[in-house]
Amino acid sequence: MGTFAFLVLAALLIGSALAVVLHPNPVKSAMALVATLFLLAIVFVLLGAHMIAVLQIIVYTGAIMVLFLFVIMLLNLGDEEVPTEWPRVVLRGLAGMAGALMALQLVRLVAGAPLGRMVDAPEGYGGALMVARSLFTDYVLPFELTGLLLLVAVIGPVVLAQRRGR
Amino acid sequence: MVPISWYLTLSAVLFAIGAVGVVIRRNVIVILMAIEIMLNAVNLTFIALARQLGSVDGQVVVFFVMAVAAAEAAVGLAIIVAFFRNRESVNVDDLASLRW
Repeated sequence: MGTFAFLVLAALLIGSALAVVLHPNPVKSAMALVATLFLLAIVFVLLGAHMIAVLQIIVYTGAIMVLFLFVIMLLNLGDEEVPTEWPRVVLRGLAGMAGALMALQLVRLVAGAPLGRMVDAPEGYGGALMVARSLFTDYVLPFELTGLLLLVAVIGPVVLAQRRGR
Repeated sequence: MVPISWYLTLSAVLFAIGAVGVVIRRNVIVILMAIEIMLNAVNLTFIALARQLGSVDGQVVVFFVMAVAAAEAAVGLAIIVAFFRNRESVNVDDLASLRW
């Protein structure tokens, strides 16, 4: 049952990721990316990361993807033309083959990794309490720096989006 | 329970798809979306290995990756909007003014 669920999820994930990369219309690419991120949240639940799965849906599919769709619609983008002249077509094919080779090498790396036996998850694994305890003790400095980073990310776009010379 | 190497394999395939997307697309926004796929593939690796080791450290790292991805999307899209105002285009071939 668990194996079947994983295989279905993996097939859907790969399909939707390919749709993001290959669909010429940016809005449909973005919707496929929403599906990809949502399916990944389900995979995170299978791995016991409940808190991160909820954050994935709120932050990624909720906030980041709305930002992407907003910009795509603000700029009123149409379909990207699919290249037909020969160098572009050949280069796209070569890029696809290089990607397949990269995936093959990464899979071989994974297959040879000394992973050992899976540890039984402790009580409350991946819940808000356990993640928060780790976040506010061992990782409190990176956490504060993340706050600074987000502040920069708030001010930066405001500066970038200003019209200069007026 | 599915062995962890299956999750790592899925993550490797998703990362390669994202990398190919960065190379073959000419629309800057779609390239940013392909980068998001790559970031999420790495997040899947972190979460799978965190489960394997029974520790939440990997999940905390994913939390930071999400924060950085949010910042990257906000700043990147602002740059794209500013670029579109100047050139009326989001094609990376028009973004080559710094290239020698």
